[in-house]
Amino acid sequence: MSTALKMSFVIDGTDFTAAGEASTAVKMKLKKLGVSPDAIRRVAIAMYEAEINAVIHAGGGEADVTIDSEKIVIVISDKGKGIPDVDLAMQEGYSTAPDDVRNLGFGAGMGLPNIKKYTDNLEIETEVGKGTRLTMTINLL
Amino acid sequence: MSFHSVTLDQNKCKGCINCIKRCPTEAIRVKDGHAVILSERCIDCGECIRICPNHAKKAVYDKLDIIHNYKYKVALPAPSLYPQFNNLESAEIILDGLKRIGFDDVFEVAAAAEIVSEISRRIVKNEDIKRPVISNACPVIVRLVQVRFPKLIPHIHNVLPPVEVAAKIARSEAIKKTGLKDEEIGVFFISPCPAKVTALHHPNSVKKTVDGVLSASEVYLALLPALKKIETPESEHSAGLTGLSWSYTGGESTSLLVPKYLAADGIENCIKILDEIENGKLNDIDFVELDACFSGCVGGCLNIENPYVAITKVRKIRKFKPVSVTHLSTYSDFSVDDFMSDVSLESSNVIKLADDPKTAMEIMLKIDEIEEQLPGIDCAACGSPSCSCFAQDVATGKADITDCVFILNKKLSGDKTSDC
Repeated sequence: MSTALKMSFVIDGTDFTAAGEASTAVKMKLKKLGVSPDAIRRVAIAMYEAEINAVIHAGGGEADVTIDSEKIVIVISDKGKGIPDVDLAMQEGYSTAPDDVRNLGFGAGMGLPNIKKYTDNLEIETEVGKGTRLTMTINLL
Repeated sequence: MSFHSVTLDQNKCKGCINCIKRCPTEAIRVKDGHAVILSERCIDCGECIRICPNHAKKAVYDKLDIIHNYKYKVALPAPSLYPQFNNLESAEIILDGLKRIGFDDVFEVAAAAEIVSEISRRIVKNEDIKRPVISNACPVIVRLVQVRFPKLIPHIHNVLPPVEVAAKIARSEAIKKTGLKDEEIGVFFISPCPAKVTALHHPNSVKKTVDGVLSASEVYLALLPALKKIETPESEHSAGLTGLSWSYTGGESTSLLVPKYLAADGIENCIKILDEIENGKLNDIDFVELDACFSGCVGGCLNIENPYVAITKVRKIRKFKPVSVTHLSTYSDFSVDDFMSDVSLESSNVIKLADDPKTAMEIMLKIDEIEEQLPGIDCAACGSPSCSCFAQDVATGKADITDCVFILNKKLSGDKTSDC
């Protein structure tokens, strides 16, 4: 049984300017661990998109990252409004982002599609009015 | 205002009229066959540098080798430096490169911009500010307001611009790190434009904050060979989306996260907007960002890359970066007050004909009288950009009416109806 490394982050929904810091911290850790650059890139992008989503749509959330020799699993959960239609949300270009963040370049509607593209496995658990949990897996082997 | 960072190489100047027609403040005349810049009207926008077909107009800046006059050298790269380079996923390699061409340390102006954005977000939420707040990031615009729109001086943003915040923090950090004296530490801004050379060498406040202003294109050329030798950059990027976006028009405003902003670029457009503000048309707008150069700082004339191409590269460099990496709390030695401007801007109003209204009226009548005799075709052969400008020059004793080819012709052909 190989040992696993765990990291936890609180994603602060009240400070938009802090958005993206958790995924940057994970990226730095993975670099130090010597994980392959391709895997690091995929983790960084998938986690970044999920983190930004949590800030823009859900008022923040929590991130838990588990790393072992075979895979990296990222769980991002929130207590936000939930996703009413997951298939619609997975469509490229579909976005419910507010205007002020669109001005900064967000809201292109590529968040969930990007996460699906860069992860080996994506599970979305969501309930309207209760919250959302994304479980993203990137295989190292 | 006796120092300007735009100069003329008289040997190359052919006395053509391109620059005088282009100057937004009518600050150039042609006399004795070459251009002359009227110092009190020049706002260092660099339009004459861009338009001169004979490359006679030049930007003044400090050469890279001046950094060696100091024991400890810190580079302050403007964010518009990074997209000058190709194939960059991230800016860390530039920071490493700077340390290889002679600098001991780097403090990113983009990081300071994130602090300025943070402070500005609070200011813009305040009910009591004079709306709209006009950004002071572009020194040409600040000069333009002083020269042509002095009524708007109270609207100008009172947070120090990012380069001065960067200089302050960088110097303090350098002293802490090395224990050297202030005068042994050299802090150098790598600038996209000559306007910043003037603004930093002759600041409105008493003390200069930087020891030199270098040209982005000169540093670019020095960096290119150094970058090729770097395999894995060691430096850490201290700015995110916010700081990097300051390099183009709209980046500064959108970072405020308020919907009621206006961002305009190009000196003529900026003048139009300032006119609107003066007419009270934009009272419900919180923030106005005005950049003299098209596309903002990436369009500065000391940059190499096409500004629109540069913006596509900024988007690449900032992708997946945190919204903000540097915060006020990152430098806890400093408080908000340290980053507020302590100077009141003076009006250098060259538009007023005289301080005394009676005298101004007399001059005005004289101008009108002269202008009626002129052909009104703005040919600029007299060396003034327009007939109305020439009329003012004659009325104020700066030109002779016979400088006008048409008037001279009338006189020489013995036309007695001409009343001069």
